[in-house]
Amino acid sequence: MSEEELPAWSLPAASVESIKLPEEWPGEITREWAWGEATGAGARVCVLDSGIEGGHPMVGEVQQSVAISIEGNEVIIDDEDTEGDLCGHGTACAGVIRSLAPECELVSVRVLGAGYTGSGAVLLEGLKWAIEQGYDVINMSLSTTKQKFASLLHELADTAYFRRTMLVASAHNMPVESYPWRFSSVISVGSHEGSDPLEYYYNPAPPVEFFARGLDVEVAWNGGGRLVCTGNSFATPHIAGIAALVLSKHPELTPFQLKSVLYLAATNVGSGK
Amino acid sequence: MSDDFRAAVAAGVLGSEDQFRALLQSIVDVARAIFKAKASSILLLDEEADELVFEAAADEASESLIGKRFPSSTGIAGFVLVSRQPLVIEDVLKDPRFSRETAESTGFVPKGLMAVPLLHDERALGVLEVLDRPQDTRFTLAEMDLLGLFANQAAIALDLLQRARRAQAALAGEGDLAVVARVAEALEHQRDDEDGSRAAALRLLAELEKLL
Repeated sequence: MSEEELPAWSLPAASVESIKLPEEWPGEITREWAWGEATGAGARVCVLDSGIEGGHPMVGEVQQSVAISIEGNEVIIDDEDTEGDLCGHGTACAGVIRSLAPECELVSVRVLGAGYTGSGAVLLEGLKWAIEQGYDVINMSLSTTKQKFASLLHELADTAYFRRTMLVASAHNMPVESYPWRFSSVISVGSHEGSDPLEYYYNPAPPVEFFARGLDVEVAWNGGGRLVCTGNSFATPHIAGIAALVLSKHPELTPFQLKSVLYLAATNVGSGK
Repeated sequence: MSDDFRAAVAAGVLGSEDQFRALLQSIVDVARAIFKAKASSILLLDEEADELVFEAAADEASESLIGKRFPSSTGIAGFVLVSRQPLVIEDVLKDPRFSRETAESTGFVPKGLMAVPLLHDERALGVLEVLDRPQDTRFTLAEMDLLGLFANQAAIALDLLQRARRAQAALAGEGDLAVVARVAEALEHQRDDEDGSRAAALRLLAELEKLL
């Protein structure tokens, strides 16, 4: 968040200088401009999932591991989660992100693993906590169908958007209402059938905004293992990884600007072609 | 009309849960055939017990599978249920989520599987699994969409099965509405009305309606 209060509701003539952007917008956005030479260094990426197995050859070091649970009415935040990954899914997402942005900071916020009951509430609390930490990117390869969480999730997604945290969420390939991927303040991701990790498409017919690699993806799995998997769960961290690259090179970008850059550098748009 | 009242009336006129079970069976049979898979199964979430229960299965060992239960966070089915994301995995034996013990207890250990959550309205009712599709053909996203369509159908069937069970419970119970269920059942079974008692009962009900 900016240190100085910006004019929130109006822009007096004398204040125009106060919203001067830190960087000149280039005439043409190219992939080279967007993430050329970028490694992800400096970008803080959170994986909201089943945990991450630290030290996996495809993942490397995990900078922080947190577990969220609810007992009764109390939300418990264990900021030194030592369980690792309870199923492998979070490790898979983390591996994809690191394959694209090898030097990004990785944080695991574990919201899965305690059974089915209460999973929606834990997801909500985990997201809330992650937004408060101000991560640059939050990868959410999961969703909830519970209507009662929809408005709270919507509020959280908007809060993230205004605090410069980009939520990247898996879309559903089934005709059901689920959240938060349907909200316009997040980036929603579906799958395409290509095999290039940097191949991604802007979808002019939302709610799914981008399609990334999600078919037959070799991913990291528990126990130092690897698996070939398919699903939007694995397309999402491709966009999260690319977003981390862009933000590591251009940390001043807001989610709106980041989305614009991703759009302009997409495979079916401008310089991505 | 309250849901309980509807259930009580429905209990009297609906068939047994066998019909909905047959619908589930038909869905797994078709899913197995379309995907040219070795097996397919539907698991229902028992929310009270936080367990997944096999409700239908299409393979050699299908009979012995029905009714088997395991914790809702176990295995790939459990993960798919909680994350609400469909997953396709080519070699589950490398996957720690895949509980070998659970699979062996079902008498069938697959190499690859597709699993999709069964979502109806805002509830996750269970999971549809398709095991061991042919390995020599590449999986496509069109198949993923097809799996989603099957899941939709299976979710509707599971919802009907659960409604039928609730209705049957109302019929069997001693609650206030059990008598309504029994009256509805009696009327349903006397459709030919040989002795005129059905017509008389209907007249009585019409008078009762005026009174209420």
